[in-house]
Amino acid sequence: MKRIATVSLAGCFGCHMSLLDIDERIVDLLKLVEFDRSPLNDLKSFTGRCDIGFIEGSCCNEENVATLREFRKQCQLLVGVGQCAIMGGLPVMRNAIMHSDEPLLECLEESFTHGPGVYNPSNEIPNDPALPLLLDRVYLCSEVVRLDYVIPGCPPSGDLLWEVLSALVLDKPIHIPPWMVKYD
Amino acid sequence: MVNVVCSKFNSDRGRLIDILLDIQSTARHISEEAIEEVASALGIHRVEVEGVVTFYSFFSQTPKGRVAIRLCDDIIDRHAGAEAVGQVFSEALGIGYGQTSTDGRFSLDKTACIGMSDQAPAALINNEVAPSLTPDTARRIALRLVQGMPPESLFEDFGDGNNSHPLIRSAVNNNIRLIGDILLAGDIESGKGLERAFALTPERVVEEISGSGLRGRGGAGFPTGKKLALARAFPAQRRFVICNADEGEPGTFKDRVLLTERAELLFDGMTIAAYAIGASEGILYLRAEYSYLRGYLEEILARRRASGLLGGEIHGSKGFGFDIRIQMGAGAYICGEESALISSCEGLRGEPKNRPPFPVEKGYLGYPTVVNNVETLCNISRIMERGGAWFASYGTGQSAGTKLLSVSGDCGKPGVYEAPFGLRVRELLEMVEADNPAIVQVGGPSGAMIGKVDFDRRICFEDLPTGGAVMVFGARRNALKIVDAFLEFFIDESCGYCTPCRVGNVFLQERIQKIMNGFGETGDMDYLESLSRTITATSRCGLGATSSRPVTSSIQQFPLVYASLTKEPKDGLHAGFDIQRGLEISRKIARRQSMIYDRRYGEEDGQA
Ligand SMILES: Cc1cc2nc3c(=O)[nH]c(=O)nc-3n(C[C@H](O)[C@H](O)[C@H](O)COP(=O)(O)O)c2cc1C
Ligand code: SF4
Repeated sequence: MKRIATVSLAGCFGCHMSLLDIDERIVDLLKLVEFDRSPLNDLKSFTGRCDIGFIEGSCCNEENVATLREFRKQCQLLVGVGQCAIMGGLPVMRNAIMHSDEPLLECLEESFTHGPGVYNPSNEIPNDPALPLLLDRVYLCSEVVRLDYVIPGCPPSGDLLWEVLSALVLDKPIHIPPWMVKYD
Repeated sequence: MVNVVCSKFNSDRGRLIDILLDIQSTARHISEEAIEEVASALGIHRVEVEGVVTFYSFFSQTPKGRVAIRLCDDIIDRHAGAEAVGQVFSEALGIGYGQTSTDGRFSLDKTACIGMSDQAPAALINNEVAPSLTPDTARRIALRLVQGMPPESLFEDFGDGNNSHPLIRSAVNNNIRLIGDILLAGDIESGKGLERAFALTPERVVEEISGSGLRGRGGAGFPTGKKLALARAFPAQRRFVICNADEGEPGTFKDRVLLTERAELLFDGMTIAAYAIGASEGILYLRAEYSYLRGYLEEILARRRASGLLGGEIHGSKGFGFDIRIQMGAGAYICGEESALISSCEGLRGEPKNRPPFPVEKGYLGYPTVVNNVETLCNISRIMERGGAWFASYGTGQSAGTKLLSVSGDCGKPGVYEAPFGLRVRELLEMVEADNPAIVQVGGPSGAMIGKVDFDRRICFEDLPTGGAVMVFGARRNALKIVDAFLEFFIDESCGYCTPCRVGNVFLQERIQKIMNGFGETGDMDYLESLSRTITATSRCGLGATSSRPVTSSIQQFPLVYASLTKEPKDGLHAGFDIQRGLEISRKIARRQSMIYDRRYGEEDGQA
C-alpha cells in the first residue's frame, strides 16, 4: 500500500478542499493508499517514510521551511500542488514591496498598524513567541527543495488531482487531457 | 521657454525627442510642468510626453547638474579601473551616483558603454568625452570643474586626425591600428562613387551593389542590395534612407571613427542609396553619446548643400533631390534596432515595431525606409567608385569586403582594425598584442563568447559574425562576472514590451549570481539553457533574441567553470536557499530568536 502525506504551507487550504472534490473516488483511493501526516486526518508528524508528498502553498515563514524540508526527507516523490506552491500565489505579492529599505517591516506595518482600515490602538505588531518568524521574503517551494512534479491551477480541479494521484499510486504513466489543466 | 523650443520645431509631434533634448539641456531636467506645456503645445496627451521622457536615459525628471558627469560602466571600463575613477569624482564633488549636488552644479551617473572602450575608462562631461581616465586625471578634471571651468575648455590636448578639427576639439583618439584597402585607405577620393552612381540608372546602381555581395555591417548581415531593391520596388509617395549611427553594442566604436574621418564618404553613400531607391529625405540617427561630433557633421552637411551635393537638384544627377537631417538619440541601446530607431525618429518611445510589415515597406512615417549601418553606407560609396567585382575580391565567399573591428580589453593595442573578412581570431589576437587571452567576446554582449579552443575560428558571416566589437579578456578575468555584467546591460536596456525579455533576463542574472556566490547546483545549467531558449523564441526583437547568448555560449565554452562552481543538491535540499539569511530581518523586527533554527532555543542541535 502506498503512503501519502499532505500539507498546506502558505496556502489557503483551497487545494486540500479540491482534493476532497474527488468525491466518492476517495473510497477507491483509501483502498489503495494510507494517509500519513496530513490535515485530512490531523496527524501532525510523520509516522514513517512516505511514497508521495503533496505540498500546497509556498514558504513565508521558518516553520514552512522546516516542514517542507521534512517532507523532502520523508517522501519519495514531492508534488507541488497549486499556484501558491509553484509560483507563490497571493502570498508572494509581498515580494513586490521592492522600493523600500525595510520591505518586511513595511508589510507588517501596513497589515497591522498603519494600513487603511486597520484599528489597532496598541500599535503593536503581533509578536507572540509561538508565532514562527517570517522570512525576509516569500520563497517558492522550488527554491527551497527539489520538487518532482507540479500541478498548476488555483486550485487544480478534483479531477486533475485524481488523474495525477491515481497514476502515481498505480505507477502508471500520467496522461492528462489538456482541457483539464487550468492555470488560474 | 518650453513654447519657444516647441515653435522652433514647428510644434511637430514627430520632433518630440529634439524638443525634449533642448529642454533637458537648458533646464537640466524635464519637470511636470514642462511635460504639461509640451503636451499642450503639440496637442497630445500628457502621458505620451511622459512616456517618452521616462524611456530615454538622457532625460530626467529631477534636475541634473549644470555639469553632468556620466561615467561609462561597461565591463571593459570596470576592468580598466572605472571604480577608482568614480570614487575620485564622487569625493571631489561630494555626491554619489545618481545624485545632484545641492547647489545644482554637478551630477554623477553611470551609463552604458559610450563607445570609448579602446580608451577606457572614459566619461561624458556634458557633451565632452573624457577618455583614458586615471584617478589622477579625474582629480585634476574635478578640480577644474569645481573652480568653474566649463567642460568645453577642460582639454588642451586633442586627439589624432579630425578629433582636433576646430569643430570637434575632442580628447578622443581614433586609434586606427590597421588600415585596410576599402574604408580606411588613404587614397579615397570622396565624391567619385557618387559621380559614378549618377552616371548609371538607379536600377543599375542596385545591381552593382547586389553584385558586390555587400552585407549589412550593423550585425545582422542582411544583403544590402536586396534591401535597396525591396524598398525601391514597394509602391509609395515618399521613401527614406536612414543611417544607423546609434552604435550602442558595448565594445563597438568603429562607427565613431568613420563619422570622424569618413563623413563625406558616408554622406555620399546615403545619397547613392537614396538615388537607388528614389528617396528624397534622409536621416542620420546619431547616438547622444556622440553629440560632440554633431557640429562637425552639421557643417559638412551645410557645405554639401552649398556645393550642390545635397538639396533640390543634386549636382550631376539630372533632377534628383535629397537632403539629410541629423536626429539625435537620447541614450537607449534599443534604438539601434532598426524599427525602434524609426520609432525614435518619429518622436515616440524607442520601442521596436511588429514585423511584418518590414521597414523596407512601411518604415519611417509609414513609408518604405532603408536603415543601414554607417560602415555599410561608406562601403556603398566605395563599391560605386571601384566596382562590385573589386569589392568582392576581398573577404570570403559569403562575406565580401573588409570589416572594421573595434578591439578593446586586455591587449596592448586596442583600437580599430580594418581587415578582410575571414581573419582568424588567433591572428587578430596577435596583431592586437593580446595579454594571455582566455576569453574573446566577438560581437559584443549579444555576440559569441569564445575560449581558446575556438581561437582558430574566422571572423565572417559564415562562422563568427560581428557588428565590429571584439573584447579581449585575459586569463585572470572571471567569465561569470562578464556574463553577469552583460545580463545587467540587457536588463537595463530591454524596452520592457515582452515579458520573457523583461523578466527572463532578470531570472538568468539571478541564477548566474547564485552560481557565482557558490550556491550553484547541477540542475542550474539546464534551467539556464531552457530559460534562454524561451527568451530567444518568444521575444519580439533582436535584443531578447540574443540577450541570453552570454549565458549559453559560456556554458558551452567554459563547462569546467560551471562544473567547479556547482554541486549535486544534498537530499533534494537546495543549497541556494540560506535560512539564516532569510531570518535575519525578522529576528530584528521581532527582537527574538528562532524557535527552530537558533541553537539555544532548539531541543537538540538547533537544525531541523
Ligand atoms: C538591440 C539591437 C541593437 C542594435 N544596434 C545597432 C546599432 O547600434 N547600429 C547598427 O548599425 N545596427 C544595430 N542593430 C541592427 C539594426 O537593427 C539593423 O539590422 C541595421 O541597422 C541594419 O543595417 P545594416 O544592414 O547596414 O547592418 C541593432 C539590432 C538590435 C536588435
Ligand atoms: S525583445 Fe526585449 S527589447 Fe525587444 S521588444 Fe521585446 S522587450 Fe523590447
